[in-house]
Amino acid sequence: MAHDMTADAAHAHDEHHESPVVFGFWLYLMTDCIIFGTLFAVFAVMRNQFAGGPTGKDIFELNGVGIETALLLLSSITYGFGMISAHRNKLGALRGWLGVTFILGLGFLFMEIREFSHMVAEGNGPDRSAFLSAFFTLVGTHGLHVTCGLLWMAVLIVQTGGKTVLTERMTNKLTCLSLFWHFLDIVWICVFTFVYLMSVI
Amino acid sequence: MLGKLSWSDIPIDVPILVGTFAGAAIAGLAVLGLITYYGKWGYLWKEWFTSVDHKRLGVMYIVLALVALFRGFADAIMMRSQLALAYAGNPGYLPPHHYDQIFSAHGTIMIFFMAMAFMTGLMNVVVPLQIGARDVAFPFLNSLSFWMTTISFVLINISLFIGEFSQCGWLAYPPLSEQQFSPGVGVDYYIWAVQLSGVGTLLTGVNFFTTIVKMRAPGMTYMKMPVFTWTIFCTTVLIMVAFPILTVALALLGLDRYLGMHFFTNDAGGNQMLYLNVIWAWGHPEVYILVLPAFGAFSEITQTFSRKPLFGYNTMVYATCSIMVLSLVVWLHHFFTMGAGANVNAFFGIMTMIIAIPTGVKIFNWLFTMYKGRVEFHATMYWVIGFMITFTIGGMTGVMLAIPAADFVLHNSLFVIAHFHNVIIGGVYFGYVAAMNFWFPKAFGFKLNEAWGKRAFWFWFVGFYFAFMPLYVLGFEGMTRRMNHYDNPEWYPWLLVAEFGAVLIALGIVCQLTQLYVSIRDRNLAENRDLTGDPWNARTLEWSTSSPPPFYNFAVVPTVHDLDAFAHDKEAGIDTRSAGGHYQPIHMPKNTSAGFFVGLFSLILGFAAIWWIWWLAAIGLIGIIATVIARSSNNDIDYYVPVSEVARIENEHTRNLQAAQAAE
Amino acid sequence: MADAHTDHSGANHGSVGSYLTGFVISVLLTAAAFGIVMAHSFSPSGMLAAIAILAAVQIVVHLVFFLHMNASSEQRWNVMAFAFTIMTVFILVIGTLFIMHDTSINMMSR
Repeated sequence: MAHDMTADAAHAHDEHHESPVVFGFWLYLMTDCIIFGTLFAVFAVMRNQFAGGPTGKDIFELNGVGIETALLLLSSITYGFGMISAHRNKLGALRGWLGVTFILGLGFLFMEIREFSHMVAEGNGPDRSAFLSAFFTLVGTHGLHVTCGLLWMAVLIVQTGGKTVLTERMTNKLTCLSLFWHFLDIVWICVFTFVYLMSVI
Repeated sequence: MLGKLSWSDIPIDVPILVGTFAGAAIAGLAVLGLITYYGKWGYLWKEWFTSVDHKRLGVMYIVLALVALFRGFADAIMMRSQLALAYAGNPGYLPPHHYDQIFSAHGTIMIFFMAMAFMTGLMNVVVPLQIGARDVAFPFLNSLSFWMTTISFVLINISLFIGEFSQCGWLAYPPLSEQQFSPGVGVDYYIWAVQLSGVGTLLTGVNFFTTIVKMRAPGMTYMKMPVFTWTIFCTTVLIMVAFPILTVALALLGLDRYLGMHFFTNDAGGNQMLYLNVIWAWGHPEVYILVLPAFGAFSEITQTFSRKPLFGYNTMVYATCSIMVLSLVVWLHHFFTMGAGANVNAFFGIMTMIIAIPTGVKIFNWLFTMYKGRVEFHATMYWVIGFMITFTIGGMTGVMLAIPAADFVLHNSLFVIAHFHNVIIGGVYFGYVAAMNFWFPKAFGFKLNEAWGKRAFWFWFVGFYFAFMPLYVLGFEGMTRRMNHYDNPEWYPWLLVAEFGAVLIALGIVCQLTQLYVSIRDRNLAENRDLTGDPWNARTLEWSTSSPPPFYNFAVVPTVHDLDAFAHDKEAGIDTRSAGGHYQPIHMPKNTSAGFFVGLFSLILGFAAIWWIWWLAAIGLIGIIATVIARSSNNDIDYYVPVSEVARIENEHTRNLQAAQAAE
Repeated sequence: MADAHTDHSGANHGSVGSYLTGFVISVLLTAAAFGIVMAHSFSPSGMLAAIAILAAVQIVVHLVFFLHMNASSEQRWNVMAFAFTIMTVFILVIGTLFIMHDTSINMMSR
């Protein structure tokens, strides 16, 4: 580890007191939060602009949304177990949990793409009305984040392969992805509440 | 294969553009040839383009800002000349579709690539030094931010010669900017350039906020932080909360254009007023993102050249923070006339007027700092005093515009143009130039020429009044903005005066260039060299290290005992620098080309997406992802500077210091 | 080495128990929200209020049990950044609705 090279403990403390990576990533997540906040504001303004097209009640399938929610919630806890393994330095278990999380995330993405393609096939694509534009963009942005998260997870599974000890840098990366993944779950709470459930009421 | 791109998109039938292209090509080839002739490519690549050193990135940002200034000013003087000609039947020399591209490019370039780049450059050069840090929190991200900003500026300039630029003004209001009414690629150039530079700005915000929160020197509590750092702190907060909103606004407009969505269209439930609402929710904080650092620079300069600590440090900090919060709740004053009711207009009007209070506090603080101080009329102080007068006028016209009833009369007129140039030139630009004069010796080790600096100031100052005071009058006379030609005889003389002002400003820019040239030419004269690292007898930590600072900034991380740490140390006779020759190895990041390549692939992605060349866009996107993964997999990213190297550099500076003391 | 770091950064990593607690609470809250809407339990505005409150509670549960947010001094800036962000989002959403609603009424566009 890098700071073992310096003999002076005070100096090492000076250089390495608490890596700023996780805090910086948290700040990035806050900016992401504003992106979603703006998209929610846009959706709120557009929520009744059906332009003669379908309403949320007509096209939303709550069962599918329920399954998506379950997949994402499960993937949150499996990632959490992965992090516990990481902190105990059980890298095999870590990769296993990351793999499970990856599959759950892929399942979520599959469900979402299926929902979207059904809607588009029925002529209810994002170009149908302002309401649908706002819906596809908001939910699609979340889906895009999940996709990026999955790509990142795959990279981390490869990068931890063959290692016996996690470096500080690798632990930071895992922690950042953990924040990212749990954050996406929080956004999803707002999505199913204020987009799906509220439209169906 | 090439999407929408064809030979007819190259504007060889527009003489102005062909001339510009020829000029740019000759100048560009000359620069490239000179670099090749002197064999400097390797040096540039190793020491600058791949550098993660915040000081070098800062210098490159400011160079970028100056280039953008020339481009933006060329647009400006073309517009003033058009309006000085296009009177009473004379169509002028710029047809409307070209004129519209010019005013759109002028605004976009001046805000995103002149002002933002200048501000980011200043914070890069100054903030880590001012808080006693060795670099920023994320040096690689810093390099990435710079390249994202640079390639966006390149992209916007490509629009000159391939295709066209947006004709929809600097904020591209729909429905004009929708595919239906702007079917060309102009708006797409605008969207991609601003969007990509926004990524860079956002990362800079995250980076510097983290740096200020986590990397201050021991002992530097928040209320011992220099004012410039405080203003950057608030600016980075605003960047983090405002730029994502811009990202969304432009993304939605892009989705309308690319995928036929209906956010801001006339039909299918779209609502163009929502665009105004969203984009100004970014746009107003943006104004303060630009001006707060200028306020910080004025504070540092005023206290240094008044030979007094800043009057009312605490109130300055509180004023900065309250401006930061208030700037989030005033955005509607940019569209009072959109049709909201009296409740909404009154709320936002009153919030806007309230911002004048903390701003006024700052003006009084600077005045009281000068009061009974030993004011030294250095060139930087000229800009500060010019700012105080000009900005106060601009602030008052701003309060006029904050009155909804008055705004109904004045909106969309040249009065608005006069107002925001009044605050942006008088506040932001004067501040950045003052800051550049002030911190130049820190970055390069020699001072800028005073006489040419003062000449530049006088041309800019007088030129500003000639160029923009007539626009206030024209606004009252009912001349609307973005007008291509007119036949009102009452407007004509005022527009001639404004043209004269623009020429004076051009001379001001010439003086600034001359100042740079003369200063570089005379850099080795004894009176210009800065051997001590503290040429102005200044108060904050950046002056405690050598000029230019060693790449690690501080051999020994200073300990802060008081506000204005360096002034305190000088008075108490504490030597924070040499630590008696007991140095430690210093942990530093290695240079990397990853930022450059991510930028390059982003440029490819942006250009391809503008022209619907999807295979090329895919290459760009895959290139970005591959570069990021490669960077993430590379563990050879840092190293230790050995003690012997630190000692060698520090001893050399000690000899310089002794020589300087002996000379006195 | 890794343990030294975990102590050093001051972050709370949670345990299997805390993750499971958070998970169970979240499942209950989610199920309640879906159940209320699917069963048409109350009046529309009542359901709206109910699911909004459930969502707010669930967000807090996630923050505490999954993101390990707490009031410790190490996390002060994380929490402050989060609070400021939430404030901005509220300003943005409420301001947008205020402006756009008022405008559409005034312009009789809706």
